[in-house]
Amino acid sequence: MAHRLSLREAAENIRQRKLSSVELVQALHTRIRKIEPKLEAFLHDDFDLAVKQAAQRDAQPADGPLHGVPVAIKDNISSAGRPCTCASMMLKDYVAPYDATVIRKLETAGAVVFGRLNMDEFAMGSSTENSAFQKTKNPWDLARIPGGSSGGAAAAVAADECFGALGSDTGGSIRQPAAFCGCVGLKPTYGRVSRFGLVAFASSLDQIGPVTKTAYDSALLLNAISGVDPMDSSSLPQPVPDYTKYLGRDIKGLKLGLPKEYFIEGLDPRVKQVIDQAIRHFGSLGAKLVEISLPQTPHAVATYYVIATAEASSNLARYDGVRYGLRTEKPGDVLDMYFRTRAEGFGPEVKRRIILGTYVLSSGYYDAYYLRAQKVRTLIRRDFEKAFTQCDAILTPTSPTVAFKFGEKTDDPLQMYLADIYTIAVNLAGICGISVPCGFVEKPARLPVGLQILGPAFGEPIILQVAHAYEQSTPWHLEKPNL
Amino acid sequence: MDYESVIGLEVHVQLKTKSKMFCACQNKYGSPPNTQVCPVCLGLPGTLPVMNEQAVKMTVLTGMMLGCEISPYSKFDRKNYFYPDMPKNYQISQYDMPLCKSGHIDLVKECYPKDAQNQVSAAKRIGITRIHLEEDVAKSFHLETTSSIDFNRAGTPLMEIVSEPDINTPEEAFAYLSTLRQILLYGKVSDADMEKGQMRCDCNISVRPVGQKEFGTKLEIKNMNTISGVRRALAYEIQRQTGCLKKGENLTQETRRWDEAAGQTFGMRSKEMAHDYRYFPEPDLMPVDTAVFMNEVKSWLPELPAAKKQRFMSDYRLTDYNAGVLVADLELANFFEVGAAPGKNPNAVANWVVNDLLRDLSESKLAIAQSPIKPLDIAELVEFCESGKISSRQAKDVFVEMFKTGKMPHRIIEEKGLSQVSDAAALETWCDEAIAANPQSVEAYKSGKTTALNHLKGQVMKLSKGKANPKTVDGILIKKLSA
Ligand SMILES: [Zn+2]
Repeated sequence: MAHRLSLREAAENIRQRKLSSVELVQALHTRIRKIEPKLEAFLHDDFDLAVKQAAQRDAQPADGPLHGVPVAIKDNISSAGRPCTCASMMLKDYVAPYDATVIRKLETAGAVVFGRLNMDEFAMGSSTENSAFQKTKNPWDLARIPGGSSGGAAAAVAADECFGALGSDTGGSIRQPAAFCGCVGLKPTYGRVSRFGLVAFASSLDQIGPVTKTAYDSALLLNAISGVDPMDSSSLPQPVPDYTKYLGRDIKGLKLGLPKEYFIEGLDPRVKQVIDQAIRHFGSLGAKLVEISLPQTPHAVATYYVIATAEASSNLARYDGVRYGLRTEKPGDVLDMYFRTRAEGFGPEVKRRIILGTYVLSSGYYDAYYLRAQKVRTLIRRDFEKAFTQCDAILTPTSPTVAFKFGEKTDDPLQMYLADIYTIAVNLAGICGISVPCGFVEKPARLPVGLQILGPAFGEPIILQVAHAYEQSTPWHLEKPNL
Repeated sequence: MDYESVIGLEVHVQLKTKSKMFCACQNKYGSPPNTQVCPVCLGLPGTLPVMNEQAVKMTVLTGMMLGCEISPYSKFDRKNYFYPDMPKNYQISQYDMPLCKSGHIDLVKECYPKDAQNQVSAAKRIGITRIHLEEDVAKSFHLETTSSIDFNRAGTPLMEIVSEPDINTPEEAFAYLSTLRQILLYGKVSDADMEKGQMRCDCNISVRPVGQKEFGTKLEIKNMNTISGVRRALAYEIQRQTGCLKKGENLTQETRRWDEAAGQTFGMRSKEMAHDYRYFPEPDLMPVDTAVFMNEVKSWLPELPAAKKQRFMSDYRLTDYNAGVLVADLELANFFEVGAAPGKNPNAVANWVVNDLLRDLSESKLAIAQSPIKPLDIAELVEFCESGKISSRQAKDVFVEMFKTGKMPHRIIEEKGLSQVSDAAALETWCDEAIAANPQSVEAYKSGKTTALNHLKGQVMKLSKGKANPKTVDGILIKKLSA
């Protein structure tokens, strides 16, 4: 039953020599073999590499905070000698020759890297249905999507296939699947965690973050991966505190903001009911609830899809068949190689976004789209800056709905994009947010609901403190799907 | 009808930094293919650029040397287009906020081609529109059935220096490039060797009837490997375009390739006309605040050729010609200064360097750095002449020997027994012998034929085997004959 442990418990068991690192890796592997046929959360089983590393850890003194603890990785984070497919045909056989900074940092903390997790192709999507390889199921209802793009990470954590994972969040890709699968997902402040080695989707929005079973585990992983990195010029030099230190502090008297623009139509009433209950619970914990306004909210989705696709169209230009990854068979000339490689290598959603991004950057359209989007982005950032003068943290639903069924929204990309409404502005503003389980919708299936707690830039201590306080006084994070 | 041409030059200059523009790879010319590469300069998924500050500083220095305004705030942009030589299929460049703007180059006579120097009347100033910094692309090789790419060059820091269309003749273009190259070498920012591709030039040229205000059709010429190649290409193109216009033909805007062997330009596919580079700010790099290092870079400013020439003329009293020749090459100027420092006759040192040394070096195809004669040897040679120890004719012989063997002048004089004899006793003996052996000359002299003295002197020189100091001999003979 070792697979049921939290990350913190796993680390403690190793420190106390109750369990070895190899035993933990094996326990997870057993679990994975049992569950994966149903769940399909992992793209690649690097068990042999992990066991070798675990054995090394067992031979060393357990001094790192994550010593010997296996951590699974979304398949868009580079780890030397392992595949890094981004769930795309384009990188089907690509093996990364170098480590992302977060991988180095995890290993410095003693962790064992184990498992490559499914995702939407190049992190583009909200359901993980855009994976070129397999459909990951929601552990609470196998007929439903796990959310996305870090759907593999959230499903694996919720199903005890790993103790914790690293995902990436560009517009909600950690928080939304965490909400759909009933686990904890944290999107750090832009610049808090190095992006070096994270395959870029939208450079000014992407951020790596932890997907875990508890808020404490989230703090543990954040401790390990945070910090300025000379390899990433967008990483910031703010000191890294011990995030676990903030957990357990009283939240009495904290001001929690409720953005009035977030609780309007489009929000599933069943979800609203659960969220309202969670908000009331904060009241009972002594927090002060204040209404705030984020007036630019209606423009966030459009702004996001201009900026994210513009950057993506450029970031994904490198997949051309010249140096690595897929190359079409017997290309005629260079242009033919480009056209056919990209036609065969990318899935429809990726193509849609590349085309959209290329369009908004085109001469004659740049000012109307990209430049204007950048201006709105500044306004969105100011919305939050102003809001945080009135409150310490903000409470919102993570998603307007619960996990939907496979295929339910694939024909309507706009509907799919709108589902990101509560998470997207956070990336545009560059601030931090965490999603924690806050209850269930019971019908037609028992499905978890996520509460999103937002903090200002480098406000990770406060959102973790609030998340932990909530978790300690509610049972939701303890519930497990019946697999 | 008379026609005039309007020429603007875009010069790309590789900077002489230790490492590449955005990664730690060595910036080294001539390594085996694909040995100076890393995940960053190969554009592998997940990699990020890190700005080479030295390259930024060198560009700012270049701007200062060319009298540019230095932007207090500058940024990088992505220039998007597909090209197999470009690892990311975008080039990190600068679009609307280049590091340097509005500078100039003053063309001086010495920088024109030798055969055109006497037609140069007034000094001319060529405006510089902008200097920006970008990354160089890789280099492809087209083999019989395949192509290969060497990525060693990819990511080399590259400055683009864009001139105003102020150039009107191929000779001015030549002078502009020679002066620019001189300045780049003075600033030690580049080796600026065109044949190694360290300095590359694209020419924009149009021809119009004299008096017409509007520019003619603009054509671009590429692929010149030497400065004189640029001159030839422009001369050819002006003639071709003028010919077309005279025949009443229309010119089409296109890019033409210079074929040095054929001495002609050829039209290239004009497909790239439609390029939309979709520039947008590089999200992976932070903007550059040049104020931080302005003082440091100012302290690097070298004495530029024009100032050095003035100083050579006033401090060393060199002729305009000698000073001009010396400063045209920084190493030559330095060579001269080392030689001129200890002596009292810097002009004599300059004469030896400009007339004798340069001739011998060019005959042996040696650069100044490879000169077998060292600057202090020339100073010593001048000293021997000044003190009358050797005659100027002997000095020429000594110089030949110095160049041949690299030996110092005093050793050559010693070994060959060349030193002039000024020892009175020896001279008096030779004079007495000459007087005794030539009574007719003595007679002639005494009867007023002063030229007879030369005959007697010649005899003394013969007896001394050329070692007698002729001036001293004169004195002794006159004294003896008038006694
Ligand atoms: Zn490199």
